[in-house]
This record gives sequence, structure tokens and C-alpha cells, in this order.
Amino acid sequence: MRPRDDTFRFFALCVLVLSLFALPALALEPHERLADPALESRARDIGRNLRCVVCQNQAIDDSNAEVAADMRRAVRERLVAGDSDAQVFDFMVARYGDYVLLRPPFRPGTWVLWLGGPLVLLVAGAALVLAARRRRPAAPPPLTEEERKRLSVILSEAKDLPLQPAGPSASPLDDKRA
Amino acid sequence: MNRALFLLPLLMVAVLAGFFGWSLLAGRDPASIGSVMVGRPAPKLAAPALRKGEPALDESLLKSGRPVIVNFFASWCAPCLAEHPLFMRLAERDRATIVGIAWKNKPDDARAWLARLGDPFKYAGTDLDGRLGLDWGLSGVPETYVIDAQGIVRLHFRGPITERDLDRILPLLRGGS
Repeated sequence: MRPRDDTFRFFALCVLVLSLFALPALALEPHERLADPALESRARDIGRNLRCVVCQNQAIDDSNAEVAADMRRAVRERLVAGDSDAQVFDFMVARYGDYVLLRPPFRPGTWVLWLGGPLVLLVAGAALVLAARRRRPAAPPPLTEEERKRLSVILSEAKDLPLQPAGPSASPLDDKRA
Repeated sequence: MNRALFLLPLLMVAVLAGFFGWSLLAGRDPASIGSVMVGRPAPKLAAPALRKGEPALDESLLKSGRPVIVNFFASWCAPCLAEHPLFMRLAERDRATIVGIAWKNKPDDARAWLARLGDPFKYAGTDLDGRLGLDWGLSGVPETYVIDAQGIVRLHFRGPITERDLDRILPLLRGGS
């Protein structure tokens, strides 16, 4: 192997290993950050769970949209003003509805969403169990007196018969008989 | 019973097909973010005036006892250009009270845009940093709100209004005046 290939492989491996440690890029600009690390970490938690209203399925922390930046600023302003996390979420829901929550609330309107999957799993599981039970043959009914007699006759006749048909590979039993 | 179980997958496919069919035919748009503003009292209104020498915009505009249209626009926004003639018509022909808010738009640019195209706004304000827009649940420009004489938001359009939307806007304007 030429040394050049080795260099290339080593380089490729480095890139691969480094990519394992890659984090999703934050859209958050340095100047947006709060000086207080505790508040900033709460703002990040909230920002990860608020949905950008113009980019479908991105959190506001990951979005470069203008509105997302406004929302990040509003989150920080509310936190600095002393709001709890729940109050900040309420603030956003009051303006944009449940749409802004990446984790939808559990309400009658969202029951299908939350319970639909588990329910289908449950029903399907129950159906499988039922089907499996049905397929297992039921225990046969006990023999009648008449059947018992016939069975004993058959068994006694079978004693006189060879256990295996005689053939080229005869068993020792056959030898005795011969 | 066992046979009926085999029909279950078929039934599920039928239900899904029905849902997809309904979504297509009823024009359901899963990307639509809807609006929570409709049916609620209009959000707070406070904005510096866009035109020089006019007083700042405040709550009282929405409580004049007449229906009001509030339109967020920007000179950099192409769909705003598209809907602009409709607002001119609403202002001139229907004498609608229209409040324009220049969103994230340099006042000079917004003023030049209105000078060039015509100014349909009875009141015009600016929202340079998007704070007012956020309070109104704005996702971008253009967006338009129709507020009735009682100050309740009746319609909220995300995106440019079209001819067809006038059919919903005009009755509201007449109903309250």
C-alpha cells in the first residue's frame, strides 16, 4: 500500500471520529445570550421546545428566521422579568396557539394524538393473543368405553407386529426374529 | 371471528385512505399554523408613527366604534406589493379604516414605498424590532387582521389577501359601521 493511501485513510478516520462529537448548530447569536448562566440555560431549555412559526418543525433555537430571533428575545425578556418556565410557554401559546409547542399538550383535542398509537398497539396485541389461543387445538374429549376397547385390541395386535419394516438396513430386533 | 380479523388491515387502509382523501378535498393544510387571535379582543396596539408629524398609534384606534383593518407590511416584501392594490381599493371605494404597520422596515424605505404606490393607510406605524408583531402573533409579512366595532378580531390572514378574501372582509366592514 502506498503511503498516500494511508494518509488519506487516517484523515478520513479523523473526520469520521470528529463527526461523532458534532452538535447541531445553534442559530442563537452570541449577543443574544443572557449574562446569567442559570437563566440562559432555562432559556435554552424553553427555546428547544418552542416551534418556529415559519419553519414547520424547527425549534426557535435552531432557526435563523427573523421571527424565531424575536421569540428567543421575548423568552429571555420574560425570564429576566421573573416569569416561570410555564408562564413563558403560556406567553407564547397566547400569541401563536398550541402550534408553538413542540410537545403538544394532553387535552381532549389531542387525545387521538397521544393515545392513538398505544391504543392500536394494545388492540393489535390483544388480537394477536386471541388469534394464538384460537389456533392451539383444544384438548380432545376423553375416550368412550367403546373406543377404549378398540384401542386395546389395536394395541395388542400391534405387539405381534415388527416395530420397523424389514429392509436393507435391518435392526437387531429383526435378527432375533429371524 | 377469525376471518373478520383478516379484514382489519384492509379496514385500516380504508380509514387512512379516507383521511387522506378528505384532507385533499377539504383543502386541509397541515402547514397552516392557524390563529388564536380570531374571536379575541385585539392585542395591544402601540407604535411610533410612520409618517412624520403624526401622533403615535395607540389602543384608541381600535376602539373607535368602527371596524378597523390592521395590515402588517414591509417595502422589502413582494407579496405585500401584490396585495397593495386591494388595500387602495378598500380605502378609496369602501372607505375602510386601515392601519398599516411597517414591520422590520426602515421608516424611510416604507415611506418611499407608500409614496410610490399610494398610501391606503389612515394610520401608519412602525414596528422596527418586531415586538409589536410578536404581541399580535405575527409570523411574517404580510398579515392582515379585521377587527370589528367592538374591538374583537374577526379575521386573521397570514399571507397576502386576495380578491376572494374581500367577500369575507366587506360584510364585516359594513356590519359594524
